[in-house]
Amino acid sequence: MKFSALSVFTQGLGGNQGWPEQWRSPEPKSAYDAIIVGAGGHGLATAYYMAKEHGMRNIAVLEKGWLGGGNTGRNTTIVRSNYLWEESEGIYEHAMKLWAGLAHELNYNVMYSPRGVMMLAHNIHDVQVFKRHVHANRLAGIDNEWLTAEQAKDFCPLLNIEKNIRYPVIGASLQRRGGTARHDAVAWGYARGADRLGVDIIQNCEVTGIRRDASGAVSGVETSKGFIATRRIGVVVAGNTSVVMAMAGVRMPLESYPLQALVSEPVKPMMPCVVMSNTVHAYMSQSDKGEMVIGAGTDAYTSYSQTGGLHIATHTLDAICELFPAVRRLRMLRSWGGIVDVTPDRSPIIGTTPVPGLFVNCGWGTGGFKATPGSGHVFADLVARGEPNAIAAPFTMDRFRTGRLIDEAAAAAVAH
Amino acid sequence: MSEHFRLSGATGRAVRFVFDGVTYQGREGDTLASALLANGVHLIGRSYKYHRPRGMLTAGAEEPNALVAVERGRGRMTPNLRATQIELYDGLVATSQNRWPSLAFDVGVINDVAGKFYSAGFYYKTFMGPKFAGTALWTRVFEPIVRYAAGLGARPTDPDPDRYAQFYAHCDVLVCGAGPAGLAAALAAARSGKDVILCDEQSEPGGSLLHETTATIDGRPARVWAEEGLAELKAAANVRVMARTQAFGWYAQNFVALSERVADHLAELPRGARERLWQVRAKRVVIATGAIERPIVFPGNDRPGVMLAEAGRIYLNRFGVKVGSRVVVVTAHDSAYRVALDLAAAGVTVAAIADVRSMPLRARMQEAEAAGIRVISSATVTGTKGRRRVSGVGIAQVGGDVVGGTDWIACDCLLMSGGWTPSVHLYSQSRGKVVWHEDRQMFLPGASVQDERSAGACRGSFTLEAALSEGDRAGAEAAGIETARPSFAITGEAGTEGGVLGRLPRRPGAKGKAFVDFQNDVKADDIELAVQEGMRSIEHVKRYTTTGMATDQGKTSNLNALAIAAGKLGRSIPQVGLTTFRQPYTPVTFGAFAGANRGDLFDPVRQTPIHSWAEENGAAFEDVGLWKRAWYFPKPGEDMHRAVLRECRQTRATAGIFDASTLGKIEVVGPDAAVFMEKLYTNPWAKLEPGRCRYGLMLNEAGFVMDDGVIARMADDRFHVTTTTGGAPRVLHHMEDYLQTEFPDLRVWLTSTTEQWAVIAVQGPKAREIVAPLVAGFDISKEAMPHMSIREGTVCGVPARVMRVSFTGELGFEINVPADHGRAVWEAVWAEGRKVDAVAYGTEAMHVMRAEKGYIIVGQETDGTVTPADLGLNWAVGKAKKDFVGKRSLVRPDMIVDGRKQLVGLLTEDPAIVLEEGAQITATAAPAAGTRALGHVTSSYASPALGRSIALAMVAGGRDRSGERLYVPMPGGAIAVTIVDPVFVDPKGERLDV
Amino acid sequence: MLLIHCPYCEMDRPELEFRYGGEAHIARPADPMATSDETWAEHLYFRSNPRGLHAERWRHISGCGRFFNCLRDTVSDRIVTTYKAGEARPEIDRGAA
Repeated sequence: MKFSALSVFTQGLGGNQGWPEQWRSPEPKSAYDAIIVGAGGHGLATAYYMAKEHGMRNIAVLEKGWLGGGNTGRNTTIVRSNYLWEESEGIYEHAMKLWAGLAHELNYNVMYSPRGVMMLAHNIHDVQVFKRHVHANRLAGIDNEWLTAEQAKDFCPLLNIEKNIRYPVIGASLQRRGGTARHDAVAWGYARGADRLGVDIIQNCEVTGIRRDASGAVSGVETSKGFIATRRIGVVVAGNTSVVMAMAGVRMPLESYPLQALVSEPVKPMMPCVVMSNTVHAYMSQSDKGEMVIGAGTDAYTSYSQTGGLHIATHTLDAICELFPAVRRLRMLRSWGGIVDVTPDRSPIIGTTPVPGLFVNCGWGTGGFKATPGSGHVFADLVARGEPNAIAAPFTMDRFRTGRLIDEAAAAAVAH
Repeated sequence: MSEHFRLSGATGRAVRFVFDGVTYQGREGDTLASALLANGVHLIGRSYKYHRPRGMLTAGAEEPNALVAVERGRGRMTPNLRATQIELYDGLVATSQNRWPSLAFDVGVINDVAGKFYSAGFYYKTFMGPKFAGTALWTRVFEPIVRYAAGLGARPTDPDPDRYAQFYAHCDVLVCGAGPAGLAAALAAARSGKDVILCDEQSEPGGSLLHETTATIDGRPARVWAEEGLAELKAAANVRVMARTQAFGWYAQNFVALSERVADHLAELPRGARERLWQVRAKRVVIATGAIERPIVFPGNDRPGVMLAEAGRIYLNRFGVKVGSRVVVVTAHDSAYRVALDLAAAGVTVAAIADVRSMPLRARMQEAEAAGIRVISSATVTGTKGRRRVSGVGIAQVGGDVVGGTDWIACDCLLMSGGWTPSVHLYSQSRGKVVWHEDRQMFLPGASVQDERSAGACRGSFTLEAALSEGDRAGAEAAGIETARPSFAITGEAGTEGGVLGRLPRRPGAKGKAFVDFQNDVKADDIELAVQEGMRSIEHVKRYTTTGMATDQGKTSNLNALAIAAGKLGRSIPQVGLTTFRQPYTPVTFGAFAGANRGDLFDPVRQTPIHSWAEENGAAFEDVGLWKRAWYFPKPGEDMHRAVLRECRQTRATAGIFDASTLGKIEVVGPDAAVFMEKLYTNPWAKLEPGRCRYGLMLNEAGFVMDDGVIARMADDRFHVTTTTGGAPRVLHHMEDYLQTEFPDLRVWLTSTTEQWAVIAVQGPKAREIVAPLVAGFDISKEAMPHMSIREGTVCGVPARVMRVSFTGELGFEINVPADHGRAVWEAVWAEGRKVDAVAYGTEAMHVMRAEKGYIIVGQETDGTVTPADLGLNWAVGKAKKDFVGKRSLVRPDMIVDGRKQLVGLLTEDPAIVLEEGAQITATAAPAAGTRALGHVTSSYASPALGRSIALAMVAGGRDRSGERLYVPMPGGAIAVTIVDPVFVDPKGERLDV
Repeated sequence: MLLIHCPYCEMDRPELEFRYGGEAHIARPADPMATSDETWAEHLYFRSNPRGLHAERWRHISGCGRFFNCLRDTVSDRIVTTYKAGEARPEIDRGAA
């Protein structure tokens, strides 16, 4: 059933009894042409584009828990593409263009809201770095502009630009097309879209092994629902990549860290955009529901616990209260953690692996959500065709051998 | 107004308060909720989505409905507070939320009428507009409407003037909750002499004992037992009793966070903190958090006047407030019978007890009948009446699957009890896995992961005897006592059996909104719709319907939602899952987390020993890491540009004096010091003679430039290493890492001396004239002390290390003296400097002068992706060295590939144009969109020495492009530039050789 | 916040005094120049990143300054033991944590 104002109206008149399942819950078949491991946003998007653009309908997405239940449902929903290096600009801008049409593409309101992402500069080094981003982005045709502190305050009146704080705001970069989207809706929209194209999304189906044939190529996956044969496996299991890849004997240049986020109780609109500050380690936006959504960098040590340390959240709120003194009286309603896998250069890995038929998409660190459509789109291409396209090509694992790193973190000292 | 619903004989001092502009009278000891109820006010808020009138549902922290804003003057408006937790004080001002124009008449109620179009998740299906409009319709029209309609509380507009404090504490036993189980646990632990902390969220410890008027413990009334126990605990030196303190978060290794409300209940704000955040490391924890009563899901269960049964008893017995004059009780649990009996005894008419069970316990029936209360068994509720207050309830009897005719019973209050849900939140936060008990229809704590134990109702033990003895045993165990424990003699206790989950039976096709999550307006129908649409886990149901995601975090709703979803799916509750419980248990103020970490305490401020002089002399400062550095020294009327121009010119003309104390300094000492330096820096060190200096370059293991600085060899076994200002801690950590873990056999010791030395740089042709009169013990003549050498002696009579080094290209000395003497020596140098018209200069002039010489700054020319070769610094790399950190990485294929970006100088064709740092460099003036840049500008200044602009840049294959014309595209058009050598001033270094 | 036992100070101290140092027992090749690009990349970047028992380095940076090793369960964050740098990883059943 097509979603529209009309369908909401007619179904409402009928007591909402006619809404169909948004996706089926099938049992797995004995074999598929390809299997995507991980039904997060990236994995579901991968399956969707494989079915839609590569005509692969006999495919399945396996998920150990519930679709969209990992980092997709645990992030702070920020979307932007103002990265420094051409390679990063390429993939994030590819995603950004897909965001703009995603609600219509999926017939699902993913609530992409380009309300602007502002990144604060607190010292001269920040100014140099952000201006470099602005110039690099402009050359690449990506919107990003420089604001004075006063202009930043005009854009976000809640912001404190007083000179008497420890790290005064001395300017900001602004990507107006940056913003937020509704994270769950992204997963659900892709799931519904993929399902309608015939993709089997199999939840509560944990992959416990990757079977390889005599040649070393993949021949299928062992799962909690039995063996499923396939010649192509795409692993998209942010946070748990090392664990899944180890099943195929592949070691990864990854470490998994907890990433915490929190929200306040809901209040009427007061925060019109996303504000990020790397120097004081915090970022904040306001959800459509009215909650202030707040995050920071990862915890300091690797963990799969999905619970970070209190001192990390505390430090984040120190920073938020400095930048936005009017929110000090608001209250933390909920906090949670995700597990992000982080590469040495903080850029993702999208590529083939030493095992024929095994492909991996991982290492998005703290920045995976914004890339969801682009990541799924290029990974679908890779799994379908067996080799990366021009956008994905720079992100192969080989860069760690050759030294051609794409180091956003070192370049900008900017995470997320 | 008088308190019509207050029991006669109320003793508390009368206080006045204002709600929505109306002044009422309450009593000290009241909550805002109890005081409003005493005045017969049930209507206190409007719901989130349908704007339905709502009243108090509960008497505690689990309250979903009764949210208000409390106003205490500028910056002190607090939204979303629960009236059931707000302690009354004289002059309290509270307002209702989410209504316009008024609470009684709210136009938003139109949503209630049109509710069928606002089914769960409807917003994912619409508001998208036509495709050609892109995202515009959503972002410009619908989203602003949605945002304005959402957001329950008013937004704060002014900075919060209050203070918040943070404390750390350690204890042997932390007891969370001071009801019967918690009190018994704390008493047992305290009597063993262990350090005990007992915390409770309420203003008064005691929990359910505070409103228990019937039961006795060991022959004493329960409340007296609690008072005596509490008195004993408060008197004990080893016990800290904390009221108004919520244990809200549990972290690794029994690290428990508590939030204490200190000021909000006081009429006069104290001078100290408003709230305190406690971080407690407990050896053992006893969880005694009790249980929360569940609402029953039936149509119209949300009207003001519909409340949880036990809340009716709490308001009556603890606050002396009757929740109504004619009450109907709907229950599936025995405990509600005691509520009815207490109310009846207080003179409230109890029109009926409608028990949804077919066979209520005989004893309960008899008690009710003895009090003259009609009991209807096999009951269901078909609906309620009343707009702003419940006025009647429709009761029908269920026979098999058939719901009989409705009997309307008039009432002004409807009390309901679906049974009790153990509060396993803290246990779950401790990473324990809750276990579903099918026979009892409850999640209860499973095995312990951390050193904790649950006692009483939170582990499903509801009788008073069980709570007390479990608490006692848990407290004793936590304190390490192994002796036999006493038993408790209980009389007069209320019943503890029964319970129902999910919605009550209804007729086929019956209408009416039956709420599950009151605050977020999630109905039973919404949950069933979510399941119908394919949401099969509670995580999906929750996110799709928003059930359990309101500010009460589903304390009263989660289990009903789960049961309805499971019922619709035909699966068991554990198959549908339980959402995990996360910190915090109840909302905690941001300010409490931030505490005193504000302003200058947000991050430490580092100042040099010469900082005060710079301040007195009008310096502007910049933040560099934690340091405040003098940026420039403007004279009256000068802007930064003119000040820097003057500072640079004068330095090159005569001399300039610069505070370089922030440079990192590390003393590398030991027989193997030179061997160690060979490994950590790219340069050769073995043959550097004592008394000489060398520019050192440090790489990380990936081969990228990490730090640099001048390094002096003091003796065969001693190096004085300098690092960048920001890099000092990182460099020391890096050195320690290699020394301790890769080269542990080397006999080397590392000491940070950054704070020990004040460093005064004297640069310029007159530098020697300035320094010479102050020096004793060594000769600083050109012959005796060549460029890149170091001498030890005294300066102004103070032990000093003086280096002859330059970061300006001029003759230069850097005087290192003990930090305590820094300012005195600076002033002496300054006095000498004045004789030759020397200036004090800041970091900006330093940056300009070093750029004129083509000297790099790590972090400005480099960005973590740059090799020594890229910078033209291969001369600093020891070719003959077998190994150093980073060497292997330098020969990886992409590190030696052609076309890497290299450091070059840039001159604009128009000498007046100063390029913007970070600007991109292209081959053509009008590059097509998506053109790859050849490089970028790393440093750019107006050069006083050249009288024109200069820039440094990293450009692909840059060293082979000398003389090439390139472009810097800017919004106003491209700027033509020419590639030149990066050394703009004195390329032969003649000015250094004086 | 973890409570970490420093094997040099022989005290339990809060996590704030320490700095995490990544996976332990990754020895730098004795002659890096003799290694292949693949081997060198493995040394630099590839990590076991296990779900479960993890041998990792910590430094008591705001205490004695020493690096030491720690066995921690990355799922529960429970620290099984800490031991001095240079000592072998204790033989503890990986399932025990």
